[in-house]
Amino acid sequence: MQDLRRERLRVESSEEIGPYVLLRLERGTLEPGVPGQFFMLEAPGRVLPRPMSLCQAPPGALAFLIDPIGPGTRALCELAPGDAIHVLGPLGNGFEICVDRPLLVAGGIGIAPLPYLAEALGSPRAILGFRSAFHAEAAALLPGAEVVVEPRLVTELLPAEPGDVLACGPEPMLEAVRLLVPRAQLAWEAPMACGYGACYGCVVERDGRYERLCIAGPVLREAA
Amino acid sequence: MSVPLLNASGCLDALTAPAVARRFDVFVTKTVTPHPREGNPSPRIAETEHGMLNSIGLQNPGIDAFVVDVLPRLAKLGVPLWVSVGGFSAADYAAVCERLEDEDDVSAIELNLSCPNVEEAPETAAELVAAARTATAKPLYAKLSPASWNIADSARAVAASGADGLSLVNTIRGLAIEPVSGRPVLALGAGGYSGPALRPIALACVYACARAVDLSIVGMGGVTCGRDVRDLADAGADAVALGTILFADPEAPARIRLELEGEPSLVRGISAAETGALGGASSPEANVSAALTTQKALQN
Repeated sequence: MQDLRRERLRVESSEEIGPYVLLRLERGTLEPGVPGQFFMLEAPGRVLPRPMSLCQAPPGALAFLIDPIGPGTRALCELAPGDAIHVLGPLGNGFEICVDRPLLVAGGIGIAPLPYLAEALGSPRAILGFRSAFHAEAAALLPGAEVVVEPRLVTELLPAEPGDVLACGPEPMLEAVRLLVPRAQLAWEAPMACGYGACYGCVVERDGRYERLCIAGPVLREAA
Repeated sequence: MSVPLLNASGCLDALTAPAVARRFDVFVTKTVTPHPREGNPSPRIAETEHGMLNSIGLQNPGIDAFVVDVLPRLAKLGVPLWVSVGGFSAADYAAVCERLEDEDDVSAIELNLSCPNVEEAPETAAELVAAARTATAKPLYAKLSPASWNIADSARAVAASGADGLSLVNTIRGLAIEPVSGRPVLALGAGGYSGPALRPIALACVYACARAVDLSIVGMGGVTCGRDVRDLADAGADAVALGTILFADPEAPARIRLELEGEPSLVRGISAAETGALGGASSPEANVSAALTTQKALQN
């Protein structure tokens, strides 16, 4: 159960980073939440909002990294300063940040929650993987991170003793990380209509049961 | 004007969002079936240009767990509860209704006779209502599919079987194609279509049924604002339910009530007599108030 906060926020800026757009909104009275939590962003002209994890929380603002892969995300990427959208959040369960030896791992747009997470953890070691050099321009959001571009994979850079892995990325990457680091905290993605447990659209299978990712996650880890 | 507002079944979980549920005059549960159901595989939802498709597949804990674990927590909300009941045969509907009969916290039962995402019971809607009627004295609302050539006939049939009201309408079956693969977006292909595209369809169904039967009508389908509620009330609905809009805007109930204050009150003397819902009151609002009062009386 969570307190739902929804507010209309004005766009401060919209910046292209490789194929992605960093959309910066005025924060209003919304809380930035815990790294790995997400917000539902109104996608202008669309029926449903889109779930986005918080990328950065500069003073007075909330910034989201958006990959324009469909009509909703494209509408968000086309927003201009002065436009305003409704934002609901923060939602879901973020990363457990009380960890001893954090190692951040992300693939592609999975880098989105890492800048805010890195800030909370004091800029720990980070490994990023991208599809192309163009996509890898997003690595600028995480100075000092180690970067691989396909065909190389992030799992190649995982040390033998990886410590506390916190990861976000496409499903195949998360599955590969989980095989190597069963205790890793993994931020998953699913189509969501509501983000607050109402629609049952975002279920993931856990222990043979379907659970709503929006309230069980989006960050999940194997039971101890 | 003021119109009683409900949530559409399956569009709100009162346990994860109690503050939203309390904004309604009635909370309607997600459909409960005799046995637990895990529901359909993912992807379960897809947005379209003017609506959304869902293929949840009646995921629910089953009636036993519902009565033991869920119902006591819902009762603490302080909002009248309607339980949506589903099944795959007349015996299923009767069994779940019978299990709810002694639960004082349940004000009414909505029979989900038209889920587009699971196999249909072999019996007709009227036969399912008749089976439920034998199992409970609680008010029974029959939720009908809009995909019926003559929904007024269905309304007359369920009325003759003992329904007290109609919930109009359920989603209508639809399909979306993923552009790159050319395959359906939803794991099981088709799903239930809801949202703004459903609104004129819902209006036609409410309009037809309000003129065909003397039952209380809960109208729903693509409502996004106060004007949409008014349109459904004008068409003959005594109360209105919000569905897909809740996904985009959990504050919709409060906002829509405010918008309704700006809508002129209806003058529907003749229509009210036509719909003549529970209690034979003189206005549609009073009709559902009467219905709710009746249910509260049943509770006590």
